Amino acid sequence: MPLTPDRKRQLVTAALVAPAGLWLFVFLVLPFMAMVVFSFGERAPEGGYQAAFTFAQFANLPSRAAAFWNTMMIAPVGAFLCLIVAYPVAYYLAIKSNPKYRLVLVSLVVVPFWTSLLVRTYAWMYILGSRGIPNLLGMIGIEDVRLLNTPGAVLLGIVYGYLPLMIMPIYVSLEKLDRRLLEASADLGAKPVSTFFGITLPLSLPGVMTGVALVTILLLGEYLIPQLLGGGKVFFIGNALVDLFLQSRNWPFGSAIAVTLVVVVVIVLSVAMRVAWKVSGSRQVDLV
Amino acid sequence: MRALVTFVYLFLYAPIALVVLFSFNAGRSASEFTGFSTMWYGKALGNTFLITALQNSLMIAFTSAVLAAVFGTMAALGMQRLSARGRAIFDGLFAAAIVIPGVVIGIATLVALVEVFSFLNPALASIWPGDKPPQLGLGYGSIIAAHGLFSLALVTMIVKARIASLGRDIVEASSDLYATPFTTFRQIVLPQILPSVLAGFLLAFTFSFDDFIVAFFVAGSKTTLPIYVFASIRRGVTPEINAIATMVLVASLLMILIARVLMRDKTTKAHAGE
Repeated sequence: MPLTPDRKRQLVTAALVAPAGLWLFVFLVLPFMAMVVFSFGERAPEGGYQAAFTFAQFANLPSRAAAFWNTMMIAPVGAFLCLIVAYPVAYYLAIKSNPKYRLVLVSLVVVPFWTSLLVRTYAWMYILGSRGIPNLLGMIGIEDVRLLNTPGAVLLGIVYGYLPLMIMPIYVSLEKLDRRLLEASADLGAKPVSTFFGITLPLSLPGVMTGVALVTILLLGEYLIPQLLGGGKVFFIGNALVDLFLQSRNWPFGSAIAVTLVVVVVIVLSVAMRVAWKVSGSRQVDLV
Repeated sequence: MRALVTFVYLFLYAPIALVVLFSFNAGRSASEFTGFSTMWYGKALGNTFLITALQNSLMIAFTSAVLAAVFGTMAALGMQRLSARGRAIFDGLFAAAIVIPGVVIGIATLVALVEVFSFLNPALASIWPGDKPPQLGLGYGSIIAAHGLFSLALVTMIVKARIASLGRDIVEASSDLYATPFTTFRQIVLPQILPSVLAGFLLAFTFSFDDFIVAFFVAGSKTTLPIYVFASIRRGVTPEINAIATMVLVASLLMILIARVLMRDKTTKAHAGE
Protein backbone atom coordinates (compact mmCIF):
# COMPACT_ATOMS: atom_id res chain seq x y z
CA MET A 1 0.00 0.00 0.00
CA PRO A 2 1.60 3.31 -1.03
CA LEU A 3 2.02 5.87 1.71
CA THR A 4 -0.03 9.02 1.52
CA PRO A 5 2.11 12.19 1.42
CA ASP A 6 0.82 13.13 4.86
CA ARG A 7 1.79 9.80 6.37
CA LYS A 8 5.18 9.94 4.69
CA ARG A 9 5.79 13.42 6.08
CA GLN A 10 4.95 12.21 9.58
CA LEU A 11 7.33 9.28 9.24
CA VAL A 12 10.18 11.51 8.07
CA THR A 13 9.58 13.92 10.95
CA ALA A 14 9.55 11.06 13.45
CA ALA A 15 12.76 9.63 11.99
CA LEU A 16 14.43 13.04 12.24
CA VAL A 17 13.64 13.67 15.91
CA ALA A 18 13.83 10.04 17.10
CA PRO A 19 17.60 9.83 17.84
CA ALA A 20 17.62 13.10 19.81
CA GLY A 21 14.40 12.15 21.58
CA LEU A 22 15.81 8.77 22.54
CA TRP A 23 19.05 10.35 23.77
CA LEU A 24 17.16 12.90 25.86
CA PHE A 25 14.96 10.19 27.32
CA VAL A 26 17.69 7.63 28.11
CA PHE A 27 20.39 10.02 29.29
CA LEU A 28 18.37 12.88 30.80
CA VAL A 29 14.82 11.88 31.78
CA LEU A 30 15.61 8.35 33.03
CA PRO A 31 18.74 9.33 34.99
CA PHE A 32 16.84 12.19 36.57
CA MET A 33 14.06 9.84 37.58
CA ALA A 34 16.62 7.37 38.96
CA MET A 35 18.18 10.18 40.99
CA VAL A 36 14.80 11.12 42.46
CA VAL A 37 14.15 7.46 43.37
CA PHE A 38 17.62 7.24 44.97
CA SER A 39 16.94 10.34 47.06
CA PHE A 40 14.15 8.45 48.86
CA GLY A 41 16.38 5.41 49.46
CA GLU A 42 18.90 4.39 52.10
CA ARG A 43 22.67 4.08 52.02
CA ALA A 44 23.75 0.44 51.71
CA PRO A 45 26.16 -0.65 54.47
CA GLU A 46 29.07 -0.89 52.00
CA GLY A 47 28.10 2.40 50.33
CA GLY A 48 25.88 3.04 47.33
CA TYR A 49 22.14 2.61 47.36
CA GLN A 50 19.60 0.36 49.03
CA ALA A 51 15.93 0.43 48.08
CA ALA A 52 13.64 2.08 50.64
CA PHE A 53 11.07 4.81 50.89
CA THR A 54 12.15 7.32 53.44
CA PHE A 55 12.39 11.08 53.79
CA ALA A 56 15.44 10.64 56.01
CA GLN A 57 17.80 11.97 53.33
CA PHE A 58 15.84 15.18 52.90
CA ALA A 59 15.47 15.51 56.68
CA ASN A 60 19.27 15.26 56.86
CA LEU A 61 19.79 18.22 54.49
CA PRO A 62 20.55 20.67 57.34
CA SER A 63 23.77 18.72 58.01
CA ARG A 64 25.07 20.24 54.77
CA ALA A 65 23.64 23.68 55.53
CA ALA A 66 27.12 25.24 55.33
CA ALA A 67 27.54 24.16 51.69
CA PHE A 68 24.09 25.52 50.82
CA TRP A 69 24.76 28.71 52.76
CA ASN A 70 28.14 29.29 51.07
CA THR A 71 26.69 28.63 47.62
CA MET A 72 23.61 30.77 48.13
CA MET A 73 25.70 33.65 49.47
CA ILE A 74 28.73 33.55 47.19
CA ALA A 75 26.90 32.80 43.91
CA PRO A 76 24.78 36.00 43.89
CA VAL A 77 27.66 38.11 45.24
CA GLY A 78 29.95 36.67 42.55
CA ALA A 79 27.34 37.36 39.87
CA PHE A 80 26.95 40.94 41.14
CA LEU A 81 30.72 41.53 41.08
CA CYS A 82 30.79 40.13 37.55
CA LEU A 83 28.06 42.57 36.61
CA ILE A 84 29.97 45.57 37.99
CA VAL A 85 33.05 44.68 35.96
CA ALA A 86 31.09 43.54 32.89
CA TYR A 87 28.77 46.51 32.40
CA PRO A 88 31.39 49.15 31.51
CA VAL A 89 33.08 46.70 29.14
CA ALA A 90 29.79 45.82 27.42
CA TYR A 91 28.91 49.53 27.23
CA TYR A 92 32.26 50.40 25.69
CA LEU A 93 32.06 47.54 23.17
CA ALA A 94 28.50 48.32 22.09
CA ILE A 95 28.52 52.12 22.08
CA LYS A 96 31.98 53.64 22.31
CA SER A 97 34.25 51.26 20.44
CA ASN A 98 35.32 51.75 16.83
CA PRO A 99 32.97 49.56 14.72
CA LYS A 100 35.98 48.48 12.65
CA TYR A 101 37.52 46.65 15.61
CA ARG A 102 34.28 45.73 17.36
CA LEU A 103 34.10 42.15 16.10
CA VAL A 104 37.68 41.46 17.16
CA LEU A 105 37.18 43.03 20.58
CA VAL A 106 33.98 41.04 21.14
CA SER A 107 35.73 37.83 20.04
CA LEU A 108 38.50 38.51 22.53
CA VAL A 109 35.90 38.58 25.30
CA VAL A 110 34.09 35.41 24.21
CA VAL A 111 37.10 33.22 23.47
CA PRO A 112 38.26 32.70 27.08
CA PHE A 113 34.82 31.38 28.00
CA TRP A 114 35.28 28.49 25.61
CA THR A 115 38.75 27.59 26.82
CA SER A 116 39.22 25.22 29.71
CA LEU A 117 37.87 26.62 32.99
CA LEU A 118 40.20 24.17 34.73
CA VAL A 119 43.25 25.74 33.09
CA ARG A 120 42.03 29.29 33.68
CA THR A 121 41.35 28.56 37.35
CA TYR A 122 44.71 26.82 37.62
CA ALA A 123 46.35 30.03 36.38
CA TRP A 124 45.01 31.83 39.45
CA MET A 125 46.15 29.04 41.74
CA TYR A 126 49.54 29.74 40.30
CA ILE A 127 49.31 33.51 40.77
CA LEU A 128 47.76 33.50 44.25
CA GLY A 129 49.77 30.52 45.51
CA SER A 130 52.73 30.90 47.82
CA ARG A 131 55.18 31.19 44.92
CA GLY A 132 53.10 33.86 43.18
CA ILE A 133 52.00 37.22 44.56
CA PRO A 134 52.77 36.37 48.23
CA ASN A 135 56.34 35.56 47.15
CA LEU A 136 56.66 38.91 45.36
CA LEU A 137 55.22 40.72 48.38
CA GLY A 138 57.71 38.86 50.55
CA MET A 139 60.54 40.36 48.49
CA ILE A 140 59.44 43.88 49.37
CA GLY A 141 59.09 42.99 53.02
CA ILE A 142 55.40 42.14 53.33
CA GLU A 143 55.52 38.65 54.78
CA ASP A 144 52.97 35.91 55.31
CA VAL A 145 50.23 37.08 53.04
CA ARG A 146 47.67 34.36 52.41
CA LEU A 147 45.61 34.78 49.27
CA LEU A 148 44.82 31.24 48.16
CA ASN A 149 42.08 29.27 49.96
CA THR A 150 40.13 32.35 51.01
CA PRO A 151 36.62 33.48 50.05
CA GLY A 152 38.28 36.41 48.23
CA ALA A 153 40.22 34.02 46.00
CA VAL A 154 37.00 32.14 45.18
CA LEU A 155 35.24 35.41 44.29
CA LEU A 156 38.17 36.46 42.12
CA GLY A 157 38.09 33.11 40.33
CA ILE A 158 34.34 33.49 39.81
CA VAL A 159 34.67 36.97 38.29
CA TYR A 160 37.51 35.74 36.11
CA GLY A 161 35.74 32.59 34.98
CA TYR A 162 32.29 34.02 34.31
CA LEU A 163 33.01 37.56 33.12
CA PRO A 164 32.59 36.68 29.41
CA LEU A 165 29.20 35.13 30.11
CA MET A 166 28.09 38.35 31.82
CA ILE A 167 29.47 40.72 29.18
CA MET A 168 27.81 39.01 26.19
CA PRO A 169 24.08 39.38 26.99
CA ILE A 170 24.59 42.96 28.19
CA TYR A 171 26.53 43.75 25.02
CA VAL A 172 23.76 42.26 22.87
CA SER A 173 21.04 44.32 24.55
CA LEU A 174 23.11 47.54 24.35
CA GLU A 175 24.00 46.89 20.73
CA LYS A 176 20.31 46.62 19.77
CA LEU A 177 19.59 49.93 21.46
CA ASP A 178 18.33 52.58 19.03
CA ARG A 179 21.06 55.25 18.89
CA ARG A 180 18.53 57.91 17.86
CA LEU A 181 17.13 57.77 21.39
CA LEU A 182 20.52 58.80 22.76
CA GLU A 183 20.82 61.61 20.20
CA ALA A 184 17.28 62.82 20.90
CA SER A 185 18.03 62.86 24.62
CA ALA A 186 21.20 64.89 24.05
CA ASP A 187 19.40 67.26 21.66
CA LEU A 188 16.78 67.89 24.31
CA GLY A 189 19.53 69.04 26.63
CA ALA A 190 19.91 65.99 28.85
CA LYS A 191 23.31 65.55 30.46
CA PRO A 192 25.13 62.31 29.54
CA VAL A 193 24.55 61.02 33.07
CA SER A 194 20.79 61.48 32.90
CA THR A 195 20.71 59.99 29.39
CA PHE A 196 22.49 56.95 30.79
CA PHE A 197 20.18 56.50 33.76
CA GLY A 198 17.05 57.51 31.87
CA ILE A 199 17.55 55.57 28.65
CA THR A 200 20.62 53.36 28.31
CA LEU A 201 20.45 51.54 31.62
CA PRO A 202 16.70 50.77 31.59
CA LEU A 203 16.88 49.51 28.01
CA SER A 204 19.82 47.24 28.80
CA LEU A 205 18.11 45.67 31.82
CA PRO A 206 16.99 42.54 29.93
CA GLY A 207 20.63 41.81 29.11
CA VAL A 208 21.64 42.50 32.70
CA MET A 209 18.95 40.13 33.96
CA THR A 210 19.97 37.40 31.51
CA GLY A 211 23.62 37.74 32.48
CA VAL A 212 22.96 37.71 36.22
CA ALA A 213 20.61 34.72 35.89
CA LEU A 214 23.02 32.72 33.69
CA VAL A 215 26.03 33.35 35.91
CA THR A 216 24.11 32.70 39.14
CA ILE A 217 22.68 29.43 37.83
CA LEU A 218 26.05 28.17 36.63
CA LEU A 219 27.64 29.18 39.94
CA LEU A 220 25.05 27.22 41.93
CA GLY A 221 26.55 24.04 40.46
CA GLU A 222 30.17 25.18 40.55
CA TYR A 223 32.82 22.75 41.77
CA LEU A 224 36.23 23.59 40.31
CA ILE A 225 36.64 27.19 41.49
CA PRO A 226 35.87 26.58 45.19
CA GLN A 227 37.85 23.34 45.06
CA LEU A 228 41.02 24.83 43.56
CA LEU A 229 40.92 28.39 44.94
CA GLY A 230 38.96 27.74 48.14
CA GLY A 231 40.96 24.65 49.05
CA GLY A 232 38.14 22.93 50.89
CA LYS A 233 37.65 25.93 53.19
CA VAL A 234 35.06 27.57 50.98
CA PHE A 235 32.73 24.68 50.34
CA PHE A 236 29.97 24.74 47.68
CA ILE A 237 27.10 22.30 47.07
CA GLY A 238 29.11 20.90 44.15
CA ASN A 239 31.98 20.07 46.51
CA ALA A 240 29.59 18.39 48.95
CA LEU A 241 28.20 16.30 46.07
CA VAL A 242 31.61 15.14 44.86
CA ASP A 243 32.49 14.25 48.44
CA LEU A 244 29.28 12.28 49.00
CA PHE A 245 29.43 10.37 45.73
CA LEU A 246 33.10 9.68 45.26
CA GLN A 247 34.46 9.65 48.83
CA SER A 248 31.87 8.64 51.43
CA ARG A 249 29.68 6.91 48.82
CA ASN A 250 26.44 8.03 50.42
CA TRP A 251 24.48 8.02 47.18
CA PRO A 252 20.93 8.49 48.53
CA PHE A 253 21.91 11.55 50.56
CA GLY A 254 23.92 12.88 47.60
CA SER A 255 20.89 12.35 45.36
CA ALA A 256 18.69 14.28 47.81
CA ILE A 257 21.14 17.20 47.71
CA ALA A 258 21.32 17.05 43.90
CA VAL A 259 17.51 17.06 43.64
CA THR A 260 17.38 20.04 46.01
CA LEU A 261 20.01 21.82 43.90
CA VAL A 262 17.90 21.33 40.77
CA VAL A 263 14.86 22.70 42.60
CA VAL A 264 16.88 25.79 43.62
CA VAL A 265 18.09 26.25 40.02
CA VAL A 266 14.53 26.00 38.70
CA ILE A 267 13.30 28.54 41.26
CA VAL A 268 16.10 31.01 40.47
CA LEU A 269 15.50 30.53 36.75
CA SER A 270 11.74 31.08 36.92
CA VAL A 271 12.11 34.16 39.11
CA ALA A 272 14.72 35.55 36.71
CA MET A 273 12.51 34.84 33.70
CA ARG A 274 9.52 36.43 35.34
CA VAL A 275 11.51 39.59 36.09
CA ALA A 276 13.03 39.57 32.60
CA TRP A 277 9.60 39.32 31.00
CA LYS A 278 8.42 42.22 33.07
CA VAL A 279 11.42 44.26 31.97
CA SER A 280 10.99 43.48 28.29
CA GLY A 281 9.02 41.39 25.81
CA SER A 282 11.72 38.99 24.70
CA ARG A 283 15.14 37.74 25.60
CA GLN A 284 17.94 36.77 23.32
CA VAL A 285 21.12 35.18 24.59
CA ASP A 286 24.15 34.86 22.40
CA LEU A 287 26.57 32.50 24.06
CA VAL A 288 28.88 31.99 21.17
CA MET B 1 36.58 54.27 30.45
CA ARG B 2 39.14 53.13 27.91
CA ALA B 3 41.64 52.55 30.69
CA LEU B 4 39.13 50.43 32.56
CA VAL B 5 38.34 48.34 29.49
CA THR B 6 42.04 47.88 28.75
CA PHE B 7 42.50 46.73 32.33
CA VAL B 8 39.70 44.17 31.98
CA TYR B 9 41.30 42.75 28.82
CA LEU B 10 44.60 42.53 30.67
CA PHE B 11 42.79 40.82 33.55
CA LEU B 12 41.31 38.30 31.10
CA TYR B 13 44.54 37.46 29.32
CA ALA B 14 47.42 38.07 31.75
CA PRO B 15 46.89 34.90 33.85
CA ILE B 16 46.73 32.78 30.70
CA ALA B 17 49.83 34.51 29.33
CA LEU B 18 51.67 33.81 32.56
CA VAL B 19 50.94 30.08 32.34
CA VAL B 20 52.13 30.06 28.72
CA LEU B 21 55.27 32.03 29.60
CA PHE B 22 56.28 29.77 32.47
CA SER B 23 55.66 26.66 30.37
CA PHE B 24 58.80 27.76 28.50
CA ASN B 25 60.80 28.34 31.66
CA ALA B 26 64.11 26.49 31.83
CA GLY B 27 63.99 26.23 35.62
CA ARG B 28 61.44 24.78 37.99
CA SER B 29 60.65 28.16 39.50
CA ALA B 30 57.14 29.52 39.27
CA SER B 31 58.13 33.11 39.94
CA GLU B 32 61.49 33.52 38.27
CA PHE B 33 62.05 33.13 34.55
CA THR B 34 65.52 31.64 34.21
CA GLY B 35 65.71 31.01 30.48
CA PHE B 36 63.82 29.76 27.47
CA SER B 37 63.37 26.04 27.10
CA THR B 38 60.90 23.56 25.63
CA MET B 39 62.01 20.82 28.00
CA TRP B 40 58.66 20.71 29.85
CA TYR B 41 56.88 20.04 26.58
CA GLY B 42 59.27 17.18 25.91
CA LYS B 43 58.66 15.89 29.40
CA ALA B 44 54.88 16.18 29.05
CA LEU B 45 54.85 14.45 25.67
CA GLY B 46 57.04 11.65 27.02
CA ASN B 47 54.54 10.96 29.82
CA THR B 48 52.53 7.88 28.79
CA PHE B 49 49.71 8.52 31.30
CA LEU B 50 49.25 11.96 29.84
CA ILE B 51 49.29 10.70 26.25
CA THR B 52 46.70 8.04 27.09
CA ALA B 53 44.49 10.68 28.75
CA LEU B 54 44.90 12.94 25.71
CA GLN B 55 43.97 10.12 23.31
CA ASN B 56 40.91 9.28 25.43
CA SER B 57 39.82 12.92 25.47
CA LEU B 58 40.24 13.33 21.72
CA MET B 59 38.34 10.13 20.98
CA ILE B 60 35.50 11.00 23.38
CA ALA B 61 35.26 14.60 22.16
CA PHE B 62 35.25 13.53 18.51
CA THR B 63 32.65 10.77 18.94
CA SER B 64 30.28 12.80 21.11
CA ALA B 65 30.57 15.84 18.82
CA VAL B 66 29.93 13.82 15.64
CA LEU B 67 26.87 12.15 17.18
CA ALA B 68 25.63 15.49 18.52
CA ALA B 69 26.18 17.22 15.15
CA VAL B 70 24.27 14.55 13.21
CA PHE B 71 21.42 13.96 15.68
CA GLY B 72 21.22 17.65 16.64
CA THR B 73 20.90 18.76 13.02
CA MET B 74 18.27 16.10 12.39
CA ALA B 75 16.38 17.25 15.48
CA ALA B 76 16.58 20.91 14.44
CA LEU B 77 15.18 20.02 11.01
CA GLY B 78 12.52 17.72 12.44
CA MET B 79 11.38 20.05 15.23
CA GLN B 80 10.05 22.68 12.84
CA ARG B 81 7.74 20.00 11.41
CA LEU B 82 6.42 18.96 14.84
CA SER B 83 3.21 20.15 16.45
CA ALA B 84 3.51 23.11 18.82
CA ARG B 85 3.19 20.72 21.74
CA GLY B 86 5.89 18.36 20.53
CA ARG B 87 8.20 21.29 19.90
CA ALA B 88 7.58 22.64 23.40
CA ILE B 89 8.51 19.25 24.93
CA PHE B 90 11.77 19.12 22.96
CA ASP B 91 12.55 22.77 23.73
CA GLY B 92 12.00 22.11 27.43
CA LEU B 93 14.22 19.02 27.47
CA PHE B 94 17.00 20.74 25.53
CA ALA B 95 16.80 23.74 27.89
CA ALA B 96 17.01 21.36 30.86
CA ALA B 97 20.07 19.66 29.34
CA ILE B 98 21.80 23.06 29.17
CA VAL B 99 20.62 24.58 32.45
CA ILE B 100 20.98 21.62 34.84
CA PRO B 101 24.45 21.86 36.44
CA GLY B 102 27.09 19.48 35.10
CA VAL B 103 27.61 18.06 38.57
CA VAL B 104 23.94 16.95 38.64
CA ILE B 105 24.10 15.52 35.09
CA GLY B 106 27.17 13.54 36.17
CA ILE B 107 25.47 12.19 39.30
CA ALA B 108 22.20 11.32 37.55
CA THR B 109 24.02 9.47 34.78
CA LEU B 110 26.19 7.67 37.34
CA VAL B 111 23.32 6.41 39.53
CA ALA B 112 21.16 5.43 36.55
CA LEU B 113 23.92 3.55 34.72
CA VAL B 114 25.18 1.74 37.81
CA GLU B 115 21.62 0.59 38.48
CA VAL B 116 21.12 -0.51 34.87
CA PHE B 117 24.46 -2.36 34.82
CA SER B 118 23.75 -4.18 38.09
CA PHE B 119 20.55 -5.43 36.49
CA LEU B 120 21.93 -6.17 33.01
CA ASN B 121 25.22 -7.86 33.91
CA PRO B 122 23.71 -10.90 35.72
CA ALA B 123 21.05 -11.16 33.00
CA LEU B 124 23.75 -11.06 30.35
CA ALA B 125 25.80 -13.66 32.22
CA SER B 126 22.87 -16.07 32.39
CA ILE B 127 22.23 -16.04 28.65
CA TRP B 128 25.86 -15.79 27.53
CA PRO B 129 26.92 -18.99 25.71
CA GLY B 130 30.64 -18.75 26.60
CA ASP B 131 32.04 -18.82 30.11
CA LYS B 132 33.38 -15.23 30.03
CA PRO B 133 30.36 -12.93 29.67
CA PRO B 134 31.15 -9.27 28.93
CA GLN B 135 30.89 -6.91 31.90
CA LEU B 136 29.16 -3.64 31.17
CA GLY B 137 30.59 -0.74 33.13
CA LEU B 138 31.34 2.95 33.23
CA GLY B 139 33.91 4.14 30.72
CA TYR B 140 34.12 5.65 27.25
CA GLY B 141 30.46 4.94 26.49
CA SER B 142 29.09 6.66 29.58
CA ILE B 143 31.27 9.76 29.07
CA ILE B 144 30.22 10.00 25.42
CA ALA B 145 26.56 9.64 26.42
CA ALA B 146 26.74 12.34 29.12
CA HIS B 147 28.79 14.76 27.00
CA GLY B 148 26.57 14.06 24.01
CA LEU B 149 23.54 15.22 25.99
CA PHE B 150 24.81 18.79 26.43
CA SER B 151 26.35 18.83 22.95
CA LEU B 152 23.11 17.66 21.36
CA ALA B 153 21.24 20.55 23.00
CA LEU B 154 23.99 22.97 21.92
CA VAL B 155 24.01 21.88 18.25
CA THR B 156 20.21 21.83 18.05
CA MET B 157 20.04 25.36 19.47
CA ILE B 158 22.60 26.73 17.01
CA VAL B 159 21.22 24.98 13.92
CA LYS B 160 17.63 25.85 14.86
CA ALA B 161 18.56 29.52 15.07
CA ARG B 162 20.12 29.28 11.60
CA ILE B 163 17.07 27.55 10.12
CA ALA B 164 14.80 30.20 11.62
CA SER B 165 16.82 32.90 9.86
CA LEU B 166 16.46 31.20 6.46
CA GLY B 167 13.76 32.58 4.19
CA ARG B 168 10.85 30.25 3.50
CA ASP B 169 10.52 31.74 0.01
CA ILE B 170 13.59 30.02 -1.43
CA VAL B 171 12.36 26.64 -0.16
CA GLU B 172 8.92 27.32 -1.66
CA ALA B 173 10.47 28.43 -4.94
CA SER B 174 12.40 25.18 -5.07
CA SER B 175 9.29 23.06 -4.62
CA ASP B 176 7.37 25.22 -7.13
CA LEU B 177 10.06 24.24 -9.60
CA TYR B 178 9.18 20.56 -8.94
CA ALA B 179 12.22 19.73 -6.82
CA THR B 180 11.52 16.82 -4.48
CA PRO B 181 11.70 17.67 -0.76
CA PHE B 182 14.98 15.77 -0.57
CA THR B 183 16.49 17.66 -3.52
CA THR B 184 15.39 20.94 -1.93
CA PHE B 185 17.04 19.86 1.30
CA ARG B 186 20.28 18.79 -0.37
CA GLN B 187 20.65 21.75 -2.71
CA ILE B 188 19.01 24.63 -0.84
CA VAL B 189 18.79 23.98 2.92
CA LEU B 190 21.91 21.92 3.62
CA PRO B 191 24.47 24.30 2.08
CA GLN B 192 22.98 27.14 4.10
CA ILE B 193 22.94 25.38 7.46
CA LEU B 194 26.27 23.57 7.02
CA PRO B 195 28.43 26.32 8.58
CA SER B 196 26.25 26.34 11.71
CA VAL B 197 26.43 22.52 11.87
CA LEU B 198 30.22 22.68 11.71
CA ALA B 199 30.30 25.45 14.31
CA GLY B 200 28.06 23.34 16.54
CA PHE B 201 30.39 20.37 16.05
CA LEU B 202 33.45 22.41 17.02
CA LEU B 203 31.78 23.91 20.10
CA ALA B 204 30.58 20.43 21.12
CA PHE B 205 34.11 19.10 20.65
CA THR B 206 35.53 21.95 22.73
CA PHE B 207 32.96 21.42 25.47
CA SER B 208 33.71 17.71 25.74
CA PHE B 209 37.47 18.22 25.49
CA ASP B 210 37.40 20.78 28.33
CA ASP B 211 34.76 19.19 30.57
CA PHE B 212 35.96 17.98 33.92
CA ILE B 213 33.01 17.62 36.27
CA VAL B 214 30.69 15.39 34.20
CA ALA B 215 33.51 13.03 33.22
CA PHE B 216 34.75 12.97 36.83
CA PHE B 217 31.54 11.14 37.82
CA VAL B 218 30.99 8.82 34.88
CA ALA B 219 34.55 8.00 33.73
CA GLY B 220 34.84 4.85 35.84
CA SER B 221 38.47 3.75 35.63
CA LYS B 222 39.18 5.79 32.48
CA THR B 223 41.11 9.06 32.54
CA THR B 224 40.45 12.09 30.37
CA LEU B 225 42.88 14.96 29.96
CA PRO B 226 41.04 17.34 32.38
CA ILE B 227 40.81 14.53 34.96
CA TYR B 228 44.56 13.96 34.58
CA VAL B 229 45.32 17.69 34.88
CA PHE B 230 43.07 18.00 37.93
CA ALA B 231 44.79 15.07 39.62
CA SER B 232 48.26 16.52 38.84
CA ILE B 233 47.29 19.95 40.16
CA ARG B 234 46.31 18.35 43.45
CA ARG B 235 49.74 16.74 43.65
CA GLY B 236 51.33 20.17 43.25
CA VAL B 237 51.98 22.85 40.68
CA THR B 238 54.80 21.94 38.29
CA PRO B 239 56.08 23.51 35.05
CA GLU B 240 54.97 20.36 33.26
CA ILE B 241 51.34 21.26 34.03
CA ASN B 242 51.98 24.68 32.49
CA ALA B 243 53.07 22.97 29.29
CA ILE B 244 50.01 20.70 29.27
CA ALA B 245 47.74 23.66 30.07
CA THR B 246 49.25 25.64 27.21
CA MET B 247 48.61 22.81 24.76
CA VAL B 248 45.00 22.48 25.99
CA LEU B 249 44.52 26.24 25.59
CA VAL B 250 45.93 26.29 22.06
CA ALA B 251 43.71 23.36 21.04
CA SER B 252 40.50 24.95 22.33
CA LEU B 253 41.49 28.39 21.00
CA LEU B 254 41.83 26.98 17.48
CA MET B 255 38.44 25.25 17.75
CA ILE B 256 36.58 28.31 18.99
CA LEU B 257 38.19 30.64 16.45
CA ILE B 258 37.20 28.37 13.55
CA ALA B 259 33.70 28.06 15.02
CA ARG B 260 33.35 31.84 15.24
CA VAL B 261 34.49 32.33 11.64
CA LEU B 262 31.93 29.73 10.53
CA MET B 263 29.13 31.35 12.50
CA ARG B 264 29.60 34.83 11.13
CA ASP B 265 26.56 35.71 9.09
CA LYS B 266 26.44 36.36 5.38
CA THR B 267 27.00 40.12 5.55
CA THR B 268 30.28 39.86 7.40
CA LYS B 269 31.33 37.05 5.06
CA ALA B 270 30.69 39.28 2.07
CA HIS B 271 33.03 41.85 3.61
CA ALA B 272 35.64 39.19 4.14
CA GLY B 273 35.59 38.64 0.39
CA GLU B 274 33.77 35.34 0.20
